[in-house]
Amino acid sequence: MHNAGLQDPETAMPAAVRPVKPQTWRSRKLAEIKASKHSYILLAPYMILFTLFTVLPVVISMILSFTYFNMLEFPRFVGWDNYTRLFLEDDIFLIALKNTLLFAAITGPISYLACFLFAWVINELGPRMRAFMTLIFYAPSISGNVYFIWLMIFSGDRYGIMNGMLIKLGIILEPIQWLKTEAFIMPIIILVQLWLSLGTGFLAFIAGLQTVDKTLYEAGAVDGVRNRWQELWYITLPSMRPQLMFGAVIQLTTSFAVADVSIALAGFPSVNYAAETIVTHLIDFGTTRFEMGFASAIATVLFILMVGTNLIVQKLLRKVGE
Amino acid sequence: MKAVYELPKKRSGRLLSLSLKRRRKRVNRSFMGTFSLFALLAVFGAFMALPLVYAINNAFKPLDEIFMFPPTLFVRNPTWNNFSDLINLLGQSWVPFSRYIFNTVFITGIGIVGHVILASAAAYPLAKHRFPGKTFLFQVVVLSLMFTPVVTATPNYMILSWLGMIDTYWAVIIPAFAYSLGLYLMKQFMEQIPDALLEAAKIDGASEYRIFWSIVMPNVKPAWLTLIILLFQILWGTDGNGFIYSEQLKTLHYASNQIILGGISRAGAGAAVAVILMSVPIVLFLFSQSRIIETMATSGMKD
Repeated sequence: MHNAGLQDPETAMPAAVRPVKPQTWRSRKLAEIKASKHSYILLAPYMILFTLFTVLPVVISMILSFTYFNMLEFPRFVGWDNYTRLFLEDDIFLIALKNTLLFAAITGPISYLACFLFAWVINELGPRMRAFMTLIFYAPSISGNVYFIWLMIFSGDRYGIMNGMLIKLGIILEPIQWLKTEAFIMPIIILVQLWLSLGTGFLAFIAGLQTVDKTLYEAGAVDGVRNRWQELWYITLPSMRPQLMFGAVIQLTTSFAVADVSIALAGFPSVNYAAETIVTHLIDFGTTRFEMGFASAIATVLFILMVGTNLIVQKLLRKVGE
Repeated sequence: MKAVYELPKKRSGRLLSLSLKRRRKRVNRSFMGTFSLFALLAVFGAFMALPLVYAINNAFKPLDEIFMFPPTLFVRNPTWNNFSDLINLLGQSWVPFSRYIFNTVFITGIGIVGHVILASAAAYPLAKHRFPGKTFLFQVVVLSLMFTPVVTATPNYMILSWLGMIDTYWAVIIPAFAYSLGLYLMKQFMEQIPDALLEAAKIDGASEYRIFWSIVMPNVKPAWLTLIILLFQILWGTDGNGFIYSEQLKTLHYASNQIILGGISRAGAGAAVAVILMSVPIVLFLFSQSRIIETMATSGMKD
């Protein structure tokens, strides 16, 4: 009897759970779902809101991107029109796309490396100094809209710090209109964006470095690790791969979404659209012109860009230290 | 190599932390390497801190010092004038300024409480239960970390207007409940609660809800704090996202922008309001730093 019970899982089940009908895949799943009733109830409130405000909007956005919709009339299906218009006729979108990719390509990797590098050096400090330096580096990203302080630094008159300093040193004679000159707008926004970029990813790295198993370093020393760089590559990086992947998602997603800083510093629209990004373009069509179908196409392109890049980077990061 | 091999023998029996301190000196760490790394930290630390220092100093400068050539970083004759100007200015606003403060505090408070409770309730089964659809649901949440909310802004407006929430506090509060980074961090943190603890409660006859509320929740306090500060950052800085039009419902951030953008005559008051606004999240972080770092330690994405 005992042996038979082990061989046949159905007879081993308690009577209350055992289904009356012969088991199929579906009936087994149904039984499982019933048994996990409490899990679903706990999940439900969050998941309903999450679906309503995150999942559903993405789906709606994708559907609307194939329509003409002005919020007044019922959406009219127009096929790929919005996309062809976006890529073939809308010159400003192409500027926005170029700027966004430039921001992502520069601020993404630099901020990611900076997050790691500073976290790594800070981790070598004593506890009190470590807490202090963490605060210093994290403060800009946490202090809300304080980036407008850069307006004062790069202000176009002689009272701006940058102009004042350069004039006093005799490098320039007239104040420069930093934020109204196309050549300077992008570098300044990139600088401010980097200043703001040591956020959640940075904290994750600080935390990750503290969780690396200390005995691994001892073992590494025995196995011939000679300097801090080897230690970093062979021990530290592989040990904190999960945090590295999390940090990458956070830094990348932020680097694609430049908009607030651009609007605050360069204006909206900026001079000759020099600081236009996909997000500001989206805001333009979504909230100023009410071309919702077209705005949805922009949103969908941005969505695919962000998610696609993230998934590729995740794949690459799995290889760290292998 | 010889020296390295001797390490474990000499140190056997000592405390690990002590041996670590010694090890740092022994494993080849060139002085130049250490020096240049700390020099790097100092230079970039200054880059991070100076704009904030400048902002704080500006708030205490008299107006003639704000507009002085050459401009100075540090204040020479500190004054509280900008703050008293600010208070005067606030007294004149059409909607009493306390109303803006109330709006922001209300939105931030309710938003945070709701988010912490809902996200924790959802994180518990995702971290500790086994049920059909679990992996899928969590993967959708992770995927949602990969794009910013601006992607969904337009459809969100339509959904909020169907629900009749446009131009109410709820237009900002309810979507904040379902902020996905919070759920993600909470779920990762809950995974380290020992299963034995939950099993023991189950054997004692506690329901899932009771286990969640009386055992899981008290054990994840560091994660609460992290969720609180993340959501605080978002909601404290919200200007209504274009969902709130009525002046009497608008937020502190919106009102302060009006002051900051007020031009030359408001430069002093603008600097003062900026300092007040930024000090709140910084002070919050100052007191919760170690708890937040503790939560972030579990934030990693597993393969």
